[in-house]
Amino acid sequence: MIEFDRVAKRFPDGTEAVREITLTVPSRRTTVLVGSSGSGKTTLLRMVNRMVEPSSGQVRIDDEDVATLNPVTLRRRIGYVLQGGGLLPHRRVLDNIVTVLRLNGVRRRSAEERGLELMDTVGLDRALARRYPGQLSGGQQQRVGVARALAVDPNILLMDEPFGAVDPIVRTDLQNELLRLQSTLDKTVLFVTHDIEEAFILGDQVVILKPGGVIAQQGTPAEILADPADDFVATFIGAERGQRALRVEDHNGTQVVVDGRGRPAGVLAEGVPRQ
Amino acid sequence: MTWVGANIAQVWNLSVLHLWLSVQPIVIGFVIAVPLGLVAWRYRWLRGGLLSVIGLLYTIPSLALFVLLPPVIGISVLADANLVIALSIYAVALMTRFAADAFAAVDPVVRRSAVAIGYSSWRRFWAVDLPLAGPALLAGLRVVAVSTVSLVTVGILVGIDSLGLLFTDGLQRGILAEIATGIVMTVVIALVLDLVIALAGRLLMPWARRPPRRRRWLPWRSSRTSARGATAAEVAE
Repeated sequence: MIEFDRVAKRFPDGTEAVREITLTVPSRRTTVLVGSSGSGKTTLLRMVNRMVEPSSGQVRIDDEDVATLNPVTLRRRIGYVLQGGGLLPHRRVLDNIVTVLRLNGVRRRSAEERGLELMDTVGLDRALARRYPGQLSGGQQQRVGVARALAVDPNILLMDEPFGAVDPIVRTDLQNELLRLQSTLDKTVLFVTHDIEEAFILGDQVVILKPGGVIAQQGTPAEILADPADDFVATFIGAERGQRALRVEDHNGTQVVVDGRGRPAGVLAEGVPRQ
Repeated sequence: MTWVGANIAQVWNLSVLHLWLSVQPIVIGFVIAVPLGLVAWRYRWLRGGLLSVIGLLYTIPSLALFVLLPPVIGISVLADANLVIALSIYAVALMTRFAADAFAAVDPVVRRSAVAIGYSSWRRFWAVDLPLAGPALLAGLRVVAVSTVSLVTVGILVGIDSLGLLFTDGLQRGILAEIATGIVMTVVIALVLDLVIALAGRLLMPWARRPPRRRRWLPWRSSRTSARGATAAEVAE
Protein backbone atom coordinates (compact mmCIF):
# COMPACT_ATOMS: atom_id res chain seq x y z
CA MET A 1 0.00 0.00 0.00
CA ILE A 2 1.27 3.44 -0.92
CA GLU A 3 -0.04 6.43 1.00
CA PHE A 4 0.33 10.04 0.01
CA ASP A 5 -0.23 12.08 3.15
CA ARG A 6 -0.89 15.75 2.45
CA VAL A 7 1.97 15.90 -0.02
CA ALA A 8 2.71 19.09 -1.89
CA LYS A 9 5.40 20.04 -4.35
CA ARG A 10 6.48 23.53 -5.22
CA PHE A 11 9.38 23.83 -7.60
CA PRO A 12 12.07 26.48 -7.01
CA ASP A 13 10.65 28.61 -9.83
CA GLY A 14 7.40 28.90 -7.88
CA THR A 15 5.19 26.54 -9.88
CA GLU A 16 2.94 24.45 -7.75
CA ALA A 17 2.93 20.96 -9.22
CA VAL A 18 1.04 19.22 -6.43
CA ARG A 19 -1.18 20.88 -3.84
CA GLU A 20 -1.80 18.94 -0.59
CA ILE A 21 -2.82 15.60 -1.98
CA THR A 22 -3.88 12.74 0.26
CA LEU A 23 -4.36 9.46 -1.53
CA THR A 24 -4.16 5.77 -0.79
CA VAL A 25 -2.96 3.37 -3.47
CA PRO A 26 -4.23 -0.06 -2.42
CA SER A 27 -2.00 -3.14 -2.69
CA ARG A 28 -2.38 -5.56 -5.57
CA ARG A 29 -4.58 -3.17 -7.49
CA THR A 30 -3.99 -0.88 -10.42
CA THR A 31 -4.41 2.78 -9.63
CA VAL A 32 -4.30 5.17 -12.55
CA LEU A 33 -3.44 8.83 -12.16
CA VAL A 34 -4.93 10.66 -15.09
CA GLY A 35 -4.84 14.32 -16.00
CA SER A 36 -3.65 16.76 -18.59
CA SER A 37 -0.13 18.15 -18.50
CA GLY A 38 0.54 20.28 -15.45
CA SER A 39 -1.75 18.21 -13.24
CA GLY A 40 1.17 16.87 -11.21
CA LYS A 41 0.51 13.22 -12.01
CA THR A 42 4.10 12.40 -12.93
CA THR A 43 5.41 14.42 -9.99
CA LEU A 44 3.26 12.32 -7.66
CA LEU A 45 4.50 9.10 -9.21
CA ARG A 46 8.13 10.14 -8.89
CA MET A 47 7.69 10.89 -5.19
CA VAL A 48 7.21 7.18 -4.58
CA ASN A 49 10.76 6.25 -5.55
CA ARG A 50 12.21 9.58 -4.43
CA MET A 51 12.98 10.88 -7.88
CA VAL A 52 11.14 13.94 -6.58
CA GLU A 53 11.11 14.97 -2.92
CA PRO A 54 7.84 16.49 -1.69
CA SER A 55 8.04 20.05 -0.36
CA SER A 56 5.77 18.98 2.46
CA GLY A 57 3.83 15.91 3.52
CA GLN A 58 4.82 12.28 3.60
CA VAL A 59 4.82 9.34 1.21
CA ARG A 60 4.61 5.95 2.91
CA ILE A 61 5.04 2.46 1.52
CA ASP A 62 3.50 -0.10 3.88
CA ASP A 63 3.63 2.47 6.70
CA GLU A 64 7.29 3.24 6.07
CA ASP A 65 8.15 6.87 5.29
CA VAL A 66 10.14 6.74 2.05
CA ALA A 67 12.14 9.81 3.13
CA THR A 68 13.83 7.60 5.73
CA LEU A 69 14.91 5.01 3.15
CA ASN A 70 18.06 5.01 1.06
CA PRO A 71 16.91 6.21 -2.37
CA VAL A 72 19.11 3.81 -4.33
CA THR A 73 17.99 0.67 -2.49
CA LEU A 74 14.40 1.94 -2.54
CA ARG A 75 14.51 2.32 -6.33
CA ARG A 76 15.97 -1.13 -6.80
CA ARG A 77 12.94 -2.75 -5.17
CA ILE A 78 10.39 -0.74 -7.14
CA GLY A 79 9.72 -1.50 -10.79
CA TYR A 80 9.79 1.56 -13.00
CA VAL A 81 8.59 1.76 -16.58
CA LEU A 82 8.63 4.94 -18.59
CA GLN A 83 7.75 6.12 -22.04
CA GLY A 84 9.77 4.35 -24.70
CA GLY A 85 10.93 1.89 -22.05
CA GLY A 86 13.77 4.20 -20.94
CA LEU A 87 16.21 1.52 -22.03
CA LEU A 88 19.97 1.91 -22.06
CA PRO A 89 20.75 2.18 -25.79
CA HIS A 90 24.25 0.75 -25.39
CA ARG A 91 23.15 -2.44 -23.66
CA ARG A 92 21.67 -5.44 -25.38
CA VAL A 93 18.05 -6.35 -24.68
CA LEU A 94 18.91 -9.10 -22.22
CA ASP A 95 21.45 -6.90 -20.41
CA ASN A 96 18.81 -4.21 -20.11
CA ILE A 97 16.35 -6.64 -18.58
CA VAL A 98 18.82 -7.93 -16.00
CA THR A 99 20.26 -4.48 -15.13
CA VAL A 100 18.70 -4.27 -11.69
CA LEU A 101 19.46 -7.91 -10.89
CA ARG A 102 23.10 -7.26 -11.73
CA LEU A 103 23.09 -4.06 -9.67
CA ASN A 104 21.84 -6.19 -6.78
CA GLY A 105 24.79 -8.53 -7.25
CA VAL A 106 23.02 -11.51 -8.84
CA ARG A 107 25.45 -13.62 -10.85
CA ARG A 108 25.37 -13.17 -14.60
CA ARG A 109 24.37 -16.72 -15.42
CA SER A 110 21.35 -16.88 -13.14
CA ALA A 111 20.37 -13.28 -13.93
CA GLU A 112 20.31 -14.10 -17.63
CA GLU A 113 18.25 -17.23 -17.07
CA ARG A 114 15.71 -15.13 -15.23
CA GLY A 115 15.92 -12.50 -17.97
CA LEU A 116 15.05 -15.02 -20.67
CA GLU A 117 12.08 -16.26 -18.63
CA LEU A 118 10.92 -12.67 -18.34
CA MET A 119 11.11 -12.28 -22.10
CA ASP A 120 8.63 -15.15 -22.33
CA THR A 121 6.47 -13.55 -19.66
CA VAL A 122 6.11 -10.27 -21.52
CA GLY A 123 5.73 -11.95 -24.90
CA LEU A 124 9.14 -11.23 -26.42
CA ASP A 125 10.89 -13.64 -28.75
CA ARG A 126 14.08 -14.88 -27.07
CA ALA A 127 15.85 -14.36 -30.39
CA LEU A 128 15.78 -10.63 -29.64
CA ALA A 129 17.95 -11.05 -26.52
CA ARG A 130 21.19 -10.09 -28.28
CA ARG A 131 19.77 -7.10 -30.14
CA TYR A 132 20.23 -3.49 -29.14
CA PRO A 133 17.14 -1.48 -28.16
CA GLY A 134 17.53 0.67 -31.27
CA GLN A 135 16.94 -2.40 -33.41
CA LEU A 136 13.54 -3.08 -31.86
CA SER A 137 10.12 -1.63 -32.64
CA GLY A 138 8.50 0.77 -30.19
CA GLY A 139 6.18 -1.92 -28.87
CA GLN A 140 9.02 -4.38 -28.37
CA GLN A 141 11.09 -1.77 -26.54
CA GLN A 142 8.15 -1.14 -24.26
CA ARG A 143 7.91 -4.85 -23.46
CA VAL A 144 11.61 -4.87 -22.63
CA GLY A 145 10.94 -1.96 -20.28
CA VAL A 146 8.21 -3.95 -18.53
CA ALA A 147 10.42 -7.06 -18.32
CA ARG A 148 13.21 -4.98 -16.76
CA ALA A 149 10.79 -3.55 -14.20
CA LEU A 150 9.60 -7.06 -13.28
CA ALA A 151 13.10 -8.52 -13.01
CA VAL A 152 13.52 -8.21 -9.25
CA ASP A 153 9.90 -9.24 -8.69
CA PRO A 154 8.99 -5.93 -7.03
CA ASN A 155 5.76 -5.43 -5.11
CA ILE A 156 5.29 -2.03 -6.66
CA LEU A 157 5.28 -1.11 -10.32
CA LEU A 158 5.43 2.56 -11.30
CA MET A 159 4.44 3.23 -14.89
CA ASP A 160 4.98 6.72 -16.25
CA GLU A 161 2.96 7.11 -19.48
CA PRO A 162 4.54 3.90 -20.71
CA PHE A 163 2.37 3.46 -23.78
CA GLY A 164 2.31 7.09 -24.87
CA ALA A 165 4.80 6.75 -27.71
CA VAL A 166 3.39 3.76 -29.58
CA ASP A 167 0.68 3.62 -32.21
CA PRO A 168 -2.93 2.85 -31.16
CA ILE A 169 -2.91 -0.80 -32.26
CA VAL A 170 0.29 -1.59 -30.39
CA ARG A 171 -1.01 0.37 -27.43
CA THR A 172 -4.15 -1.76 -27.25
CA ASP A 173 -1.91 -4.80 -27.46
CA LEU A 174 0.28 -3.62 -24.61
CA GLN A 175 -2.72 -2.67 -22.49
CA ASN A 176 -4.18 -6.15 -22.89
CA GLU A 177 -0.81 -7.62 -22.08
CA LEU A 178 -0.59 -5.55 -18.92
CA LEU A 179 -4.09 -6.65 -17.85
CA ARG A 180 -3.10 -10.28 -18.47
CA LEU A 181 0.16 -9.87 -16.52
CA GLN A 182 -1.57 -8.09 -13.67
CA SER A 183 -4.18 -10.85 -13.36
CA THR A 184 -1.40 -13.32 -12.53
CA LEU A 185 1.23 -11.12 -10.88
CA ASP A 186 -0.95 -9.01 -8.58
CA LYS A 187 1.41 -6.07 -8.29
CA THR A 188 0.59 -2.75 -6.75
CA VAL A 189 0.55 -0.71 -9.94
CA LEU A 190 0.60 3.06 -10.05
CA PHE A 191 0.04 4.11 -13.64
CA VAL A 192 0.20 7.62 -15.07
CA THR A 193 -1.51 8.61 -18.31
CA HIS A 194 -3.24 11.55 -19.95
CA ASP A 195 -5.59 9.22 -21.79
CA ILE A 196 -8.88 8.71 -19.96
CA GLU A 197 -9.76 5.67 -22.11
CA GLU A 198 -6.53 4.01 -21.04
CA ALA A 199 -7.28 4.93 -17.43
CA PHE A 200 -10.72 3.29 -17.60
CA ILE A 201 -9.34 0.17 -19.32
CA LEU A 202 -6.51 -0.43 -16.87
CA GLY A 203 -7.57 1.12 -13.59
CA ASP A 204 -9.24 -0.63 -10.68
CA GLN A 205 -9.12 2.83 -9.19
CA VAL A 206 -8.90 5.99 -11.27
CA VAL A 207 -7.74 9.32 -9.87
CA ILE A 208 -8.51 12.34 -12.02
CA LEU A 209 -6.22 15.28 -11.39
CA LYS A 210 -6.86 18.94 -12.22
CA PRO A 211 -4.16 21.35 -13.37
CA GLY A 212 -2.27 22.61 -10.34
CA GLY A 213 -2.18 19.21 -8.69
CA VAL A 214 -5.60 18.78 -7.13
CA ILE A 215 -7.69 15.62 -7.10
CA ALA A 216 -10.89 16.22 -9.05
CA GLN A 217 -12.37 12.80 -8.40
CA GLN A 218 -11.33 9.31 -7.49
CA GLY A 219 -13.17 6.04 -7.71
CA THR A 220 -13.73 3.04 -9.91
CA PRO A 221 -14.33 3.78 -13.60
CA ALA A 222 -18.00 2.89 -13.14
CA GLU A 223 -18.37 5.26 -10.19
CA ILE A 224 -16.80 8.11 -12.11
CA LEU A 225 -18.91 7.47 -15.19
CA ALA A 226 -22.07 7.16 -13.14
CA ASP A 227 -21.53 10.31 -11.18
CA PRO A 228 -18.92 12.83 -12.40
CA ALA A 229 -18.04 15.02 -9.44
CA ASP A 230 -18.07 18.30 -11.32
CA ASP A 231 -18.01 19.93 -14.74
CA PHE A 232 -14.26 19.43 -15.02
CA VAL A 233 -14.61 15.67 -14.64
CA ALA A 234 -17.62 15.57 -16.94
CA THR A 235 -15.65 17.40 -19.64
CA PHE A 236 -12.58 15.30 -19.06
CA ILE A 237 -14.32 11.97 -19.44
CA GLY A 238 -16.33 13.27 -22.38
CA ALA A 239 -19.70 13.00 -20.67
CA GLU A 240 -20.87 16.47 -21.63
CA ARG A 241 -20.31 15.77 -25.32
CA GLY A 242 -22.65 12.85 -25.10
CA GLN A 243 -19.84 10.39 -25.73
CA ARG A 244 -20.70 8.48 -22.57
CA ALA A 245 -24.49 8.63 -22.85
CA LEU A 246 -25.24 5.56 -24.89
CA ARG A 247 -28.65 4.39 -25.96
CA VAL A 248 -29.96 1.45 -27.89
CA GLU A 249 -31.53 1.66 -31.34
CA ASP A 250 -33.20 -1.17 -33.13
CA HIS A 251 -31.87 -2.00 -36.59
CA ASN A 252 -33.79 -4.84 -38.17
CA GLY A 253 -33.89 -6.74 -34.92
CA THR A 254 -30.27 -6.08 -33.87
CA GLN A 255 -29.78 -3.82 -30.90
CA VAL A 256 -27.23 -1.18 -31.93
CA VAL A 257 -25.71 0.99 -29.21
CA VAL A 258 -25.24 4.63 -30.26
CA ASP A 259 -23.73 7.60 -28.47
CA GLY A 260 -25.24 11.03 -27.88
CA ARG A 261 -24.56 12.09 -31.47
CA GLY A 262 -26.10 8.97 -32.89
CA ARG A 263 -22.76 7.39 -33.82
CA PRO A 264 -22.80 3.63 -33.39
CA ALA A 265 -20.56 2.35 -30.58
CA GLY A 266 -21.35 -1.37 -30.91
CA VAL A 267 -24.14 -3.90 -30.67
CA LEU A 268 -25.91 -5.14 -27.57
CA ALA A 269 -24.86 -8.71 -26.83
CA GLU A 270 -27.08 -11.29 -25.19
CA GLY A 271 -26.38 -12.62 -21.73
CA VAL A 272 -23.62 -11.81 -19.29
CA PRO A 273 -20.11 -11.16 -20.68
CA ARG A 274 -17.54 -13.67 -19.61
CA GLN A 275 -14.35 -12.38 -18.05
CA MET B 1 63.01 9.09 -54.78
CA THR B 2 66.61 7.91 -54.53
CA TRP B 3 66.86 9.90 -51.31
CA VAL B 4 64.10 7.83 -49.73
CA GLY B 5 65.78 4.59 -50.75
CA ALA B 6 69.07 5.65 -49.26
CA ASN B 7 67.54 6.90 -46.01
CA ILE B 8 64.73 4.45 -45.45
CA ALA B 9 66.06 3.32 -42.08
CA GLN B 10 66.21 6.87 -40.77
CA VAL B 11 62.74 7.65 -42.07
CA TRP B 12 61.41 4.56 -40.31
CA ASN B 13 63.15 5.40 -37.03
CA LEU B 14 61.92 8.97 -37.10
CA SER B 15 58.40 7.79 -37.90
CA VAL B 16 58.35 5.41 -34.95
CA LEU B 17 59.73 8.14 -32.70
CA HIS B 18 57.16 10.58 -34.06
CA LEU B 19 54.34 8.14 -33.39
CA TRP B 20 55.53 7.55 -29.84
CA LEU B 21 55.87 11.29 -29.20
CA SER B 22 52.32 11.76 -30.50
CA VAL B 23 50.62 8.94 -28.62
CA GLN B 24 51.83 10.06 -25.17
CA PRO B 25 50.28 13.56 -25.19
CA ILE B 26 47.10 12.21 -26.83
CA VAL B 27 46.61 9.68 -24.03
CA ILE B 28 47.67 12.03 -21.22
CA GLY B 29 45.53 14.83 -22.62
CA PHE B 30 42.49 12.57 -22.88
CA VAL B 31 42.84 11.25 -19.35
CA ILE B 32 43.10 14.77 -17.92
CA ALA B 33 40.49 16.39 -20.16
CA VAL B 34 37.66 13.91 -19.57
CA PRO B 35 37.36 14.60 -15.81
CA LEU B 36 37.74 18.34 -16.49
CA GLY B 37 34.99 18.15 -19.09
CA LEU B 38 32.84 16.23 -16.65
CA VAL B 39 33.33 18.93 -14.01
CA ALA B 40 32.51 21.64 -16.56
CA TRP B 41 29.32 19.81 -17.50
CA ARG B 42 28.34 18.85 -13.96
CA TYR B 43 28.74 22.29 -12.37
CA ARG B 44 27.14 24.71 -14.76
CA TRP B 45 28.33 27.83 -12.95
CA LEU B 46 31.89 26.63 -13.53
CA ARG B 47 31.43 25.74 -17.17
CA GLY B 48 31.91 29.13 -18.86
CA GLY B 49 34.96 30.15 -16.86
CA LEU B 50 36.66 26.78 -16.85
CA LEU B 51 36.27 26.16 -20.56
CA SER B 52 37.44 29.68 -21.44
CA VAL B 53 40.57 29.42 -19.31
CA ILE B 54 41.44 25.96 -20.61
CA GLY B 55 40.67 27.01 -24.17
CA LEU B 56 43.07 29.96 -23.78
CA LEU B 57 45.93 27.50 -23.21
CA TYR B 58 45.71 26.68 -26.87
CA THR B 59 46.66 30.24 -27.78
CA ILE B 60 50.10 29.99 -26.13
CA PRO B 61 52.58 29.74 -29.02
CA SER B 62 54.11 26.28 -29.03
CA LEU B 63 57.65 27.55 -29.43
CA ALA B 64 57.26 29.78 -26.40
CA LEU B 65 55.94 26.86 -24.42
CA PHE B 66 58.89 24.64 -25.37
CA VAL B 67 61.27 27.30 -24.12
CA LEU B 68 59.33 28.36 -21.00
CA LEU B 69 58.33 24.94 -19.72
CA PRO B 70 61.77 23.41 -18.95
CA PRO B 71 62.93 26.03 -16.43
CA VAL B 72 59.50 26.03 -14.77
CA ILE B 73 59.39 22.27 -14.19
CA GLY B 74 63.14 21.72 -14.11
CA ILE B 75 63.86 19.56 -17.15
CA SER B 76 66.11 19.98 -20.15
CA VAL B 77 64.78 21.79 -23.20
CA LEU B 78 65.93 18.78 -25.21
CA ALA B 79 64.02 16.25 -23.09
CA ASP B 80 61.15 14.38 -24.75
CA ALA B 81 59.17 15.19 -21.64
CA ASN B 82 59.28 18.84 -22.62
CA LEU B 83 57.46 18.12 -25.86
CA VAL B 84 55.10 15.59 -24.30
CA ILE B 85 54.03 17.97 -21.53
CA ALA B 86 53.61 20.92 -23.89
CA LEU B 87 51.52 18.90 -26.34
CA SER B 88 49.51 17.39 -23.48
CA ILE B 89 48.54 20.93 -22.53
CA TYR B 90 47.28 21.56 -26.05
CA ALA B 91 45.46 18.25 -26.07
CA VAL B 92 43.73 19.20 -22.81
CA ALA B 93 42.89 22.63 -24.22
CA LEU B 94 41.11 21.06 -27.18
CA MET B 95 39.67 17.97 -25.56
CA THR B 96 38.08 19.50 -22.47
CA ARG B 97 35.44 21.32 -24.48
CA PHE B 98 34.77 18.20 -26.54
CA ALA B 99 34.34 16.23 -23.32
CA ALA B 100 32.00 18.79 -21.75
CA ASP B 101 29.86 18.75 -24.90
CA ALA B 102 29.95 14.96 -25.03
CA PHE B 103 28.53 14.63 -21.52
CA ALA B 104 25.94 17.32 -22.22
CA ALA B 105 24.79 15.36 -25.27
CA VAL B 106 23.81 12.25 -23.28
CA ASP B 107 20.03 11.87 -23.45
CA PRO B 108 18.66 13.13 -20.11
CA VAL B 109 15.78 10.65 -20.34
CA VAL B 110 18.19 7.73 -20.40
CA ARG B 111 20.13 9.24 -17.54
CA ARG B 112 16.96 9.76 -15.48
CA SER B 113 15.75 6.26 -16.20
CA ALA B 114 19.08 4.88 -15.02
CA VAL B 115 18.65 6.73 -11.73
CA ALA B 116 15.04 5.60 -11.46
CA ILE B 117 15.93 1.92 -11.68
CA GLY B 118 18.57 2.24 -8.99
CA TYR B 119 21.97 3.27 -10.31
CA SER B 120 24.05 5.13 -7.74
CA SER B 121 25.68 8.24 -9.20
CA TRP B 122 29.14 6.64 -9.22
CA ARG B 123 27.99 3.55 -11.09
CA ARG B 124 25.80 5.59 -13.37
CA PHE B 125 28.83 7.56 -14.50
CA TRP B 126 30.81 4.45 -15.48
CA ALA B 127 27.95 2.40 -16.84
CA VAL B 128 25.78 5.05 -18.48
CA ASP B 129 27.26 8.55 -18.85
CA LEU B 130 30.75 7.56 -19.97
CA PRO B 131 29.79 4.96 -22.59
CA LEU B 132 26.99 7.12 -23.97
CA ALA B 133 29.33 10.10 -24.21
CA GLY B 134 31.77 7.72 -25.91
CA PRO B 135 31.04 8.43 -29.58
CA ALA B 136 31.34 12.19 -29.07
CA LEU B 137 34.46 11.76 -26.92
CA LEU B 138 36.03 9.68 -29.64
CA ALA B 139 35.13 12.18 -32.34
CA GLY B 140 36.92 14.83 -30.26
CA LEU B 141 39.88 12.54 -29.69
CA ARG B 142 40.31 12.10 -33.42
CA VAL B 143 40.66 15.86 -33.86
CA VAL B 144 43.15 16.00 -30.99
CA ALA B 145 45.16 13.09 -32.43
CA VAL B 146 45.56 14.63 -35.86
CA SER B 147 46.41 18.02 -34.40
CA THR B 148 49.00 16.50 -32.06
CA VAL B 149 50.73 14.54 -34.81
CA SER B 150 51.25 17.73 -36.75
CA LEU B 151 52.39 19.71 -33.69
CA VAL B 152 55.10 17.17 -32.83
CA THR B 153 57.10 18.39 -35.84
CA VAL B 154 57.52 21.84 -34.23
CA GLY B 155 59.68 20.22 -31.53
CA ILE B 156 62.56 20.08 -33.97
CA LEU B 157 63.00 23.84 -33.58
CA VAL B 158 64.22 23.30 -30.02
CA GLY B 159 66.07 20.14 -30.96
CA ILE B 160 63.58 17.34 -30.19
CA ASP B 161 63.84 14.83 -33.03
CA SER B 162 60.80 13.75 -34.98
CA LEU B 163 59.76 13.72 -38.63
CA GLY B 164 60.23 17.49 -38.30
CA LEU B 165 63.93 16.80 -38.70
CA LEU B 166 63.26 15.97 -42.35
CA PHE B 167 61.81 19.47 -42.83
CA THR B 168 64.72 21.41 -41.31
CA ASP B 169 67.38 19.12 -42.70
CA GLY B 170 65.80 19.05 -46.14
CA LEU B 171 65.45 22.81 -46.11
CA GLN B 172 69.07 23.41 -45.11
CA ARG B 173 70.44 20.97 -47.65
CA GLY B 174 67.91 21.80 -50.36
CA ILE B 175 66.59 18.23 -50.70
CA LEU B 176 62.95 18.51 -51.77
CA ALA B 177 62.38 14.75 -51.56
CA GLU B 178 63.34 14.81 -47.89
CA ILE B 179 60.81 17.55 -47.09
CA ALA B 180 58.12 15.75 -49.11
CA THR B 181 58.86 12.50 -47.30
CA GLY B 182 58.46 14.29 -43.96
CA ILE B 183 55.10 15.66 -44.98
CA VAL B 184 53.84 12.36 -46.38
CA MET B 185 54.92 10.36 -43.33
CA THR B 186 53.34 12.88 -40.94
CA VAL B 187 50.08 12.57 -42.84
CA VAL B 188 50.37 8.77 -42.84
CA ILE B 189 50.89 8.69 -39.07
CA ALA B 190 47.91 11.00 -38.57
CA LEU B 191 45.74 8.78 -40.76
CA VAL B 192 46.89 5.60 -39.03
CA LEU B 193 46.13 7.00 -35.58
CA ASP B 194 42.77 8.27 -36.78
CA LEU B 195 41.94 4.85 -38.16
CA VAL B 196 43.03 3.08 -34.98
CA ILE B 197 40.83 5.35 -32.86
CA ALA B 198 37.88 4.89 -35.20
CA LEU B 199 38.31 1.10 -35.13
CA ALA B 200 38.64 1.08 -31.36
CA GLY B 201 35.37 2.99 -31.24
CA ARG B 202 33.65 0.38 -33.38
CA LEU B 203 34.92 -2.42 -31.18
CA LEU B 204 34.11 -0.70 -27.89
CA MET B 205 30.79 0.75 -28.98
CA PRO B 206 29.12 -1.63 -31.40
CA TRP B 207 25.75 -0.17 -30.43
CA ALA B 208 26.71 3.25 -31.80
CA ARG B 209 26.72 1.98 -35.35
CA ARG B 210 23.56 2.91 -37.11
CA PRO B 211 21.08 0.08 -37.17
CA PRO B 212 20.79 -1.32 -40.68
CA ARG B 213 17.98 0.31 -42.55
CA ARG B 214 15.10 -2.05 -43.04
CA ARG B 215 14.20 -0.72 -46.44
CA ARG B 216 16.61 1.05 -48.67
CA TRP B 217 15.27 3.27 -51.34
CA LEU B 218 16.04 1.68 -54.63
CA PRO B 219 15.20 3.34 -57.93
CA TRP B 220 13.47 0.31 -59.39
CA ARG B 221 11.22 0.06 -56.38
CA SER B 222 9.47 3.30 -57.30
CA SER B 223 7.75 1.68 -60.26
CA ARG B 224 6.17 -0.83 -57.90
CA THR B 225 5.05 2.00 -55.64
CA SER B 226 3.25 3.66 -58.51
CA ALA B 227 1.65 0.37 -59.42
CA ARG B 228 -0.03 0.32 -56.02
CA GLY B 229 -0.96 3.97 -56.09
CA ALA B 230 0.87 6.90 -57.56
CA THR B 231 2.21 9.44 -55.09
CA ALA B 232 1.52 13.12 -55.54
CA ALA B 233 5.00 13.72 -56.94
CA GLU B 234 4.58 11.02 -59.54
CA VAL B 235 1.22 12.39 -60.56
CA ALA B 236 2.82 15.80 -61.02
CA GLU B 237 5.29 14.26 -63.42
